[in-house]
Amino acid sequence: MNYFQLFHLPAQFELDLTELGTRYLELQRQFHPDKHAAGSERDKLMAVQQAANINDAYHSLKQPLLRAEHLLALRGLKISNEQRSFMEPAFLMQQMELRELLAEISDAADPEELIDEADQQIQQQKKALLRQLQSALDANTPEHDHQAADIIRKLKFFFKLQQELELLEQQTQD
Amino acid sequence: MAYSNKVIDHYENPRNVGSFAKDDPTIATGMVGAPACGDVMKLQLKINEQGIIEDAKFKTYGCGSAIASSSLVTEWVKGKSIDEAALIKNTDIAQELALPPVKIHCSILAEDAIKAAIADYKQRHGN
Repeated sequence: MNYFQLFHLPAQFELDLTELGTRYLELQRQFHPDKHAAGSERDKLMAVQQAANINDAYHSLKQPLLRAEHLLALRGLKISNEQRSFMEPAFLMQQMELRELLAEISDAADPEELIDEADQQIQQQKKALLRQLQSALDANTPEHDHQAADIIRKLKFFFKLQQELELLEQQTQD
Repeated sequence: MAYSNKVIDHYENPRNVGSFAKDDPTIATGMVGAPACGDVMKLQLKINEQGIIEDAKFKTYGCGSAIASSSLVTEWVKGKSIDEAALIKNTDIAQELALPPVKIHCSILAEDAIKAAIADYKQRHGN
């Protein structure tokens, strides 16, 4: 299913989140199962199915990485459930170093400083990768799509790091 | 999710954690990662002139299954030739640790780490 089509949005990475939210509410209203309560069993079933599709679509389009994955899948490049390992030594070495920095936080006398340092590095890299992802997806060629897939894989590591950092931040505040 | 006793054992008492000096010519380093869960694994092998793995160390940031898979692999590769080590399959690791289907990717990561380390060794020794 093409989520962009479902929401009447152009199939591109850049997205107006306010517009997405408005479309979501409109569609939810239109396909709310209560509205089809008087219809046939088949109508009811279809309304329930459509309501589920709308929720899935909204969830995917809202998040940049899921949106990018969906865009690639529409172009014939499916990476959402892949299990293959990522092997770029320099990138992974940097990930290892960031993980080591995070590991220091829990034992540090002044964790705030380390948290800020890690946060800055993660945000900076994330921003740069998201920019690269945008231009790779906009280029819309098979070669650029493969580049975009690799950028998504890298971004996943950074989103995970951010989660871990937020967890550490909560723990140090407790 | 319930971990098997073997996973818990490796997780609580990981074997061969640590690092060798990267610039030592007898050391081969394999780095792999799993984008889906953000796990990062480093496997280092100390390989002698006969191509036998004398020692191994690992460092893994990830879940218990990823740590157990890499810990197990460091035990298995010791004393093997690089060709023998290259034959270790993720299914062997998953079976030994009784990994559930959702954790199979951790054993794939460990198999790929061996392959990456051997590739690093071959690249550095010109074959």
